Amino acid sequence: MNNALNRVLANQYARRLMWPVLVLLVLIAVNIAVTGFDFIWPHVSDGRLSGAFVNILRRSAPLLLIALGMTLVIATKGIDLSVGAVYAIGAAIACQTIIDGTDQSAAGLIFRAVAIALVATAVIGAWNGTMVAYFGIQPIVATLILMIAGRGIAQLVTGGQIPKVQDSSPFTELGRGEILTVPVPIWIAAAVFAALVLLTRRTALGMLLEAVGGNPEASRLAGIRSKGITVLVYLVCGLCAGLAGLIGAANLGSADANNGGLWIELDAILAVVIGGTSLLGGRFYLLGTAIGVVIIGTLGDTIINIGLSDQWQFTVKAIVVFIVALLQSPEFRAWVFKPFKRRPAAPAAAPAEEVLAK
Amino acid sequence: MSAALVSMTGIVKDFTGVRALDGVDFTLRPGEIHAVMGENGAGKSTLIKVLTGVHAHDAGEILLDGKPVRFNSPGAAQAAGIATVYQEVNLTENLSVAENLLAGREPRLGPFINFRAMRRKAKALLDDLGIDLNVAAPLSSYSIAMQQLVAIARAVDIDAKVLILDEPTSSLDRDEVAVLLGLMRRLAAERGTAMVFISHFLEQVYDICDRMTVLRNGKLVGEWATADLPESELIGHMLGREAAALEQLERSVAGHEVADEAPLLSAKGLGRKGSIAPYDLDVRRGEVVGLAGLLGSGRTETVRLIAGADRADSGSLSFDGAKVAGHNPRTAAARGIAFCPENRKTEGLVGDLTVAENMILAMQAARGWARTIPQSQRNRVVAEFIDKLGIRPGDPDMPVKNLSGGNQQKVLLARWMLIEPKLLILDEPTRGIDVGAKADIQKLVAELSGEGMAVLFVSAELDEVTRLSDRIAVLRDRELISVLESEADMTTERIVDTIVAGGGSE
Repeated sequence: MNNALNRVLANQYARRLMWPVLVLLVLIAVNIAVTGFDFIWPHVSDGRLSGAFVNILRRSAPLLLIALGMTLVIATKGIDLSVGAVYAIGAAIACQTIIDGTDQSAAGLIFRAVAIALVATAVIGAWNGTMVAYFGIQPIVATLILMIAGRGIAQLVTGGQIPKVQDSSPFTELGRGEILTVPVPIWIAAAVFAALVLLTRRTALGMLLEAVGGNPEASRLAGIRSKGITVLVYLVCGLCAGLAGLIGAANLGSADANNGGLWIELDAILAVVIGGTSLLGGRFYLLGTAIGVVIIGTLGDTIINIGLSDQWQFTVKAIVVFIVALLQSPEFRAWVFKPFKRRPAAPAAAPAEEVLAK
Repeated sequence: MSAALVSMTGIVKDFTGVRALDGVDFTLRPGEIHAVMGENGAGKSTLIKVLTGVHAHDAGEILLDGKPVRFNSPGAAQAAGIATVYQEVNLTENLSVAENLLAGREPRLGPFINFRAMRRKAKALLDDLGIDLNVAAPLSSYSIAMQQLVAIARAVDIDAKVLILDEPTSSLDRDEVAVLLGLMRRLAAERGTAMVFISHFLEQVYDICDRMTVLRNGKLVGEWATADLPESELIGHMLGREAAALEQLERSVAGHEVADEAPLLSAKGLGRKGSIAPYDLDVRRGEVVGLAGLLGSGRTETVRLIAGADRADSGSLSFDGAKVAGHNPRTAAARGIAFCPENRKTEGLVGDLTVAENMILAMQAARGWARTIPQSQRNRVVAEFIDKLGIRPGDPDMPVKNLSGGNQQKVLLARWMLIEPKLLILDEPTRGIDVGAKADIQKLVAELSGEGMAVLFVSAELDEVTRLSDRIAVLRDRELISVLESEADMTTERIVDTIVAGGGSE
């Protein structure tokens, strides 16, 4: 038993995920204690899955998409501040294309709108990547440009208006619909998550990304096409942000160039960090990011459920982030666990504590 | 004999199930220079870290001036008069020399720093030690060697009784080493500072140290006066086997056949402004071409052009019968040119990745990300090379940063051997690694060239170059001044003569 536990903990992925998972479990436990098992246990009503936790997942889908893309960018030592603006551009292009059409229910029109939005956001992502990889502009500067300019572009697309799609348009299904009782945004986020995990862990892309982020010069000398990989990663990040924008717009039935996806880049970075990926690049953890997103999503409900007013939102969020950051700090853990380690423990238990403390 | 200044007895230190130090004794007397010798992993750094408060020992006793002490932090050790100078200079490059010397103890005028007094004080301190530097200049304007001296001067001014020098000379050239050793002698003679010296350069150890403590596998082998311990015996103690390994090598290297055909690689007027003057160089299959010269003579710059790591701005390169155009590390690897750079940590390995991942990096890069190396093939080749090169610990899933220098170098070598290159470029492959790994790597170079691989070999250690090379290119002041061809020329003296003569022609 002890041996098996040691082996699991020796796995660096498992070790990284332990603290975020623990925090999430605590949050869920608190909610269950206050509102009962209905919090986590969904029920089917009107042919759709509902329940507090399902709603959290549904609302978190856009953030998850963006955070996944952000994880890959951060793995290369980069950062993408433009995702919120790209979200707005994706939303604006899709909605504007649909309201410019004659029949907002036509499948062809909706496919075209979605396709144009995704291609445009992919191109924007590739542009970010090109600035970083080929022109050597620092990622924070390169993407800051589009963070500011992007909302302007979205305004130009919509002509300064907020385009409203008819509620009857199938486009809104992207945000409001469900397939086999499960909300469509959850399907999309799950599919993208699975696709990115396969793309990075079943091919060598993940390892090469970690090499480029972990040591760019060594990677260049090893013959890795690091520039191409960097562009690809920013492209994927842009694409994810665009897709998130589509879901958000479909949910609202409109695209707000100024407020759509506002500050979502910060939540995304937060989720990545909570998930155990270092901002210094290198090793990345997509599953950790997903857990980070759910933690952020669950927090909002928790605050309401335990009876705090909405004004507590930011403060409580900050406290939880603070706790996660502390738990992930080796120095902090060494300090906290020191009294336990000093004691001459039983031989079998000693290595486990060492591993935990690492 | 004077009383011991530092006396460590029965020191034990455990890490996660591994006993790094097992009952080690160490004694340091006032005014002596004492070498701690041993292979990587012998426990040298752990012993030093216990003494400097980085690690707390699990058992044993430390006496400083006869009083038992226990340091829980490097600060506590420093306050007790134990200062450390590391291989990498721990100072702030963009501050001035004076600021670095007196940081934290600046002379003040009310709330403000009195810069004039600070410069005066710093100047006096350096003059006293016989170091001639402009104290107002930023530290970064001086070489690593000078920065090293500043670090020592700082330690001395803090009134260190014990000064620990951990590989201080590994990036210094001969003259700079002489200055550093000179300063150490003065400190020992004039101030009675006791020094612990750690270095891989046996020559320097014999030059300067009074006594030696030898460690192996975390255990004490013994303590000797330097005069009583000949070099061959020292190596025997360090390796735990008779020093035959190195001598054997000399015979195995000598006299293999170099294919007598058109050169595999031919550089004509290859050069790069501000880096290396245009040069001609040929390398044939099965040939080891050594590059010798002082630090900064352009050895690294020469091979980097051939490796595609830097872009040449003049001349041409042909390889394997074809003209090379659009040269970069990726196309070079595709042609069969492998390059192990000088600096393992910053240019060679990705520290967070595992041993296995670092090994297959070049092979995977050549295939592109979409064509993953199958798991079974990957496990097989990694196990094969861990075994073949004797990489310890032999765990393919361990992060490579946890390995010792010698083993890291072997991982890097394995990375390139996996792609079966035609030309292997090794830039200082044996720097900073232990004697055993050094012998392994030299043997490997000899073997590979015996199998027909061409090797370009850069090393600061001249006897290593002469021992391994079929021909030697000699560099000076960023210029390739001569290629020594004949058997009779393969001596350290000839290389030194050539370097000296090369200077006269300007």
